[in-house]
Amino acid sequence: MSYLPFFVVAWILGVGLYGLVTSRHLVHQIICLIVMQSSTYVLLLGVGYVTGAVAPYFYDIPVHTPAVDPVVQALALTDVVVEAAVTALLLAFAIQAHKRFGTLDPHELVQLKG
Amino acid sequence: MTPALRRWLFLLGIAGFLAFYLWGLTRLPGFGRYPGPYGFVINRIAVGQTNATGVVSAVNFEYRGFDTVGEEFILFVAATGVATVLRQLRDEQEGGRSQAAFGEAPSGATDAIRLASLVFVGPVALFGWFLASHAQTDPSGGFQGGVVLATAFVLIYLAGQVLAFRRISPADLIDSVGAVGAAGFAAVGLTAVILGFAYLYNFLPLGTVPGAVSSSGTIALISFFVGIEVAAAFILIVGELVEQTLLVRAEGRNS
Amino acid sequence: MTPRVADALAAGHPLAVVTPYTVQPALMDALQVVLLLLVAAGATVVALTRVPVRQTVALSAYGLLLAVLFLAFQAPDVTLSELVVGAVALPILLLLALTRVRRREK
Repeated sequence: MSYLPFFVVAWILGVGLYGLVTSRHLVHQIICLIVMQSSTYVLLLGVGYVTGAVAPYFYDIPVHTPAVDPVVQALALTDVVVEAAVTALLLAFAIQAHKRFGTLDPHELVQLKG
Repeated sequence: MTPALRRWLFLLGIAGFLAFYLWGLTRLPGFGRYPGPYGFVINRIAVGQTNATGVVSAVNFEYRGFDTVGEEFILFVAATGVATVLRQLRDEQEGGRSQAAFGEAPSGATDAIRLASLVFVGPVALFGWFLASHAQTDPSGGFQGGVVLATAFVLIYLAGQVLAFRRISPADLIDSVGAVGAAGFAAVGLTAVILGFAYLYNFLPLGTVPGAVSSSGTIALISFFVGIEVAAAFILIVGELVEQTLLVRAEGRNS
Repeated sequence: MTPRVADALAAGHPLAVVTPYTVQPALMDALQVVLLLLVAAGATVVALTRVPVRQTVALSAYGLLLAVLFLAFQAPDVTLSELVVGAVALPILLLLALTRVRRREK
């Protein structure tokens, strides 16, 4: 029972990858990539959780209160914002592909040459 | 390779992959049984060492500041890449843009949407600024504050004031603001080197009260630079995409 | 104090917050379990929706669910980030790109 978050992480990764592989639209593939990235955020926060602890902000609670791990939160935090910009770059490439080849179907894009 | 065959091959592969993945994950200590000493040590000493009560932001900008410089530059490069790709695309279709497309809201925007967007621009911008400047006290920080600040600009576009959107966010100004933010972060680290410390050492006075806005030295300064850089990057990205949609509308009008 | 919380404290585990739903260590709160299952369902819905515009709306709702899950994991900073990015900024970028792509196909 204490491994439920990890099963959910594996499920989200598998489902996202399935959507990516069986996709017929480039923007649909990009959104499935976003879903797969979200599984890593859940994994990071699940690894650093301490049962019975609070968030690591000591503005109004004493300093020695047990708190969850702040390092994984820092990693997940910058991760979320940076991946949004990388997704924007992927969307720019999708727009470029649409302008060049007139289609957003990955099956047709593979068969084009040059 | 037919799609059905591809699907079955994929299911076979993902079954094996997930079996290994779950086998590795279940050998972890389990959810809630965090064993490692690093998190507990940071929580004990961070407030005393840096006078910042927001330990996550202290970790982000002080203890692991070098990683954050790298991530910020990833963001900067991605925004520059978007601008490069889409501006080149725009220059290739420069002919045939009509001025009548500007000043219109996105099609389908009723007056309610316009009014609501206009009303919320000020509070959202203020909230974004508040988030970016309070990194060391509460759950806030440069990254969130920057994105919220960029959202305030997008609200102007949604309110139908496309001309106003373009006037207050000209491409050159946004580019330079983003560059100032990215360079400012690196410059703060270099200033520490010039003063004789290690890179990104916290050399500003730490303040007296933990959790005041003026405390915690370089953490507040770095968070400010990160905030304006992230805001500039997202305004740039959204601006380029908006120009692309305006091009499409101009073409549809002319054809 | 419920019997479970008394067990947890007797086992020596430090408890910062005590609610009527606090359970023994190595089990989870009911809220976290429900949110995890909802997130798994949400991810399935987002990945299996084929039309990109509908998928964007589903992604926005998924971002909101994920933000609430992060809050239940005691991470308010990540909640703020995920809320602003996943429910607001990413759908805006996606819808603008889809508008650019869709008009050409007509």
